[in-house]
Amino acid sequence: MRPPYELVGARPDPAFEISVDGRPVPVVPGQSVGAALHAAGVRSWRSTRFGGRPRGLFCGIGVCFDCLVTVNDVPALRACVTEARPGDRVRTSAADSGPEVSGR
Amino acid sequence: MTRVYDLAVIGAGPAGVAGALEASLAGLDVVVIDAAPRPGGQYHRHLPDSFHALRPGALHHGLERFMRQWEALRSRAEILLGHRVWAVERTGGDAAGGTAGATVTVRCLAGDREERPRAVRARALLIATGAHDRPLPFPGWDLPGVLTAGGAQALLKGSLVVAGRRVVVSGTGPFLLPVAAGLARAGADVRGVYEAGGRFGLARHPLLAAGKAAEAAGYAAVLARHRVPYRGRHAVVAAHGEDTLTHVTVARLDADWRPVATRTVECDTLACGYGFVPQLELPVQLGCATRRDADGTPVVAVDAGRRTSVPGVYAAGETTGVGGAELAEAEGRLAGRTVAADRGLRVPPLPALARRVDRLAAFARALHEAYPVRPGWRDWLRDDTLVCRCEEVPLSAVREARRLGATDARSVKLLARPGMGWCQGRMCGYAVACLAGEDPAAPRRPIAQPVRLGDLAGLEHPLRKDDRDDP
Ligand SMILES: Cc1cc2nc3c(=O)[nH]c(=O)nc-3n(C[C@H](O)[C@H](O)[C@H](O)COP(=O)(O)OP(=O)(O)OC[C@H]3O[C@@H](n4cnc5c(N)ncnc54)[C@H](O)[C@@H]3O)c2cc1C
Ligand code: FES
Repeated sequence: MRPPYELVGARPDPAFEISVDGRPVPVVPGQSVGAALHAAGVRSWRSTRFGGRPRGLFCGIGVCFDCLVTVNDVPALRACVTEARPGDRVRTSAADSGPEVSGR
Repeated sequence: MTRVYDLAVIGAGPAGVAGALEASLAGLDVVVIDAAPRPGGQYHRHLPDSFHALRPGALHHGLERFMRQWEALRSRAEILLGHRVWAVERTGGDAAGGTAGATVTVRCLAGDREERPRAVRARALLIATGAHDRPLPFPGWDLPGVLTAGGAQALLKGSLVVAGRRVVVSGTGPFLLPVAAGLARAGADVRGVYEAGGRFGLARHPLLAAGKAAEAAGYAAVLARHRVPYRGRHAVVAAHGEDTLTHVTVARLDADWRPVATRTVECDTLACGYGFVPQLELPVQLGCATRRDADGTPVVAVDAGRRTSVPGVYAAGETTGVGGAELAEAEGRLAGRTVAADRGLRVPPLPALARRVDRLAAFARALHEAYPVRPGWRDWLRDDTLVCRCEEVPLSAVREARRLGATDARSVKLLARPGMGWCQGRMCGYAVACLAGEDPAAPRRPIAQPVRLGDLAGLEHPLRKDDRDDP
């Protein structure tokens, strides 16, 4: 078991997968799309309008809007506050603008 | 829209839940509204049931107590989670300006994907919307891997995700300690805690002086056990990396926070925060008077019973001054009792509670005074450093606006557009005000939460055009 799970004695329900620009990302039930991406080592999933700069999580609580994604064709959702559901298809603007989702 | 509650509480953090519980115990018909899917606010953010955590309280003190309050509240009050409030209005009242028939309408969007509009009406309103992190800009602060301190904490408490493998914590204020301790205990290699203020390091941390010795010693012990260095008068002044963070520049600072010597620390994650900004858009919409807190931050002005300047509207927690979860809870309780008394119920006064609020508020003031943000951070910025992340406004554009004659934050915003993007200035507002040479003002946002146009289609009162942006 990984340390944070030991710390709180967690035995989560079995993980499920969502697809992010076609590639599978595991989710512990109850996690947000943004938390699952970050945990999978995906640090950025959006390019800014002017400078094309990579962005991912920043505030983590829904106020900065850096983490926007499209989920099942619903655009402009904040990944950090959108709970992932089995089978979700997540599209990022990093995918729209050429290079694939960047890892770390 | 027939039911009119006695009291609507916005925010299910420590302040809102304590207030709602007191009010419902006193006999009021209460509704509690929060945007989040679970109660707790920031401090009591916790894992979903699906994690089956045996020791959910291991990440912070007092969770069990909070959950008991929540269970007691759930059986007595109406609960609306997953409801974002984007506007509040007050209507009615008699011609003489009295409050007899006045009601507050709370406009929400319910659900986290396709949102549905919903309006809730109540005779009184308790605002307990808390605060968000206050970042300062520096070169590279928009690189992926740079998070707010609260954001790193939220990932851990809410999703059991450790923000990174090698993490640096930087900023100012007592909040850096629980963030760093939490990350270290959860398995991160915390490369250092860099506190821009506090010259004396942990041994003379102001938490000790303020009667929080046990708490401070606990964090210090965790940091020592994990060999995490803590440096006062140091800060991360630049973040580097191609498209994700690889290292930071840490500077030793002078008393004004100007860098005097720098070095490089490798890390994949930076958790950074310079205090908190109370979320005031709803009280400002209602016309509640604000005041400046000890550190100059605008907060809602309240009397000893937590009444705002607008009849029937009350406020508690971080919205009335940043002071932590304990103070928020005590203020919430006080507010709930005042609402009940004002609505004609018999609520015996609790002098011990009022004294507790005073004592904790004095402690909060002392901490604000111990951790001011010093002006030297401006020297960390370069011409091309983004001040506004959303509209990608560099420092040079803000300077240009000043040269064109902009002498306050509002005209800088009109000329250079910082604060005009998605976050509505929440992330850059403090820095822009400082760079414009004024104290940050209370936010004027006719829409408290960004709303997608599709979600507005079904609203009863379509927005006027001039409501879309705060010029
Ligand atoms: C990201 C973050 C993490 C923090 N973590 C800690 C910590 O670990 N330890 C610590 O001591 N302090 C922490 N703090 C400080 C925190 O502000 C206080 O400890 C405490 O939570 C304040 O209590 P409160 O009741 O005033 O507000 P909060 O706890 O912030 O609760 C406010 C609630 O209001 C809701 N809300 C706000 N606006 C709206 C709206 N428009 N519509 C609907 N709902 C709304 C929010 O969803 C939230 O649940 C953190 C702060 C932040 C910003
Ligand atoms: S990370 Fe800030 S809104 Fe999601």
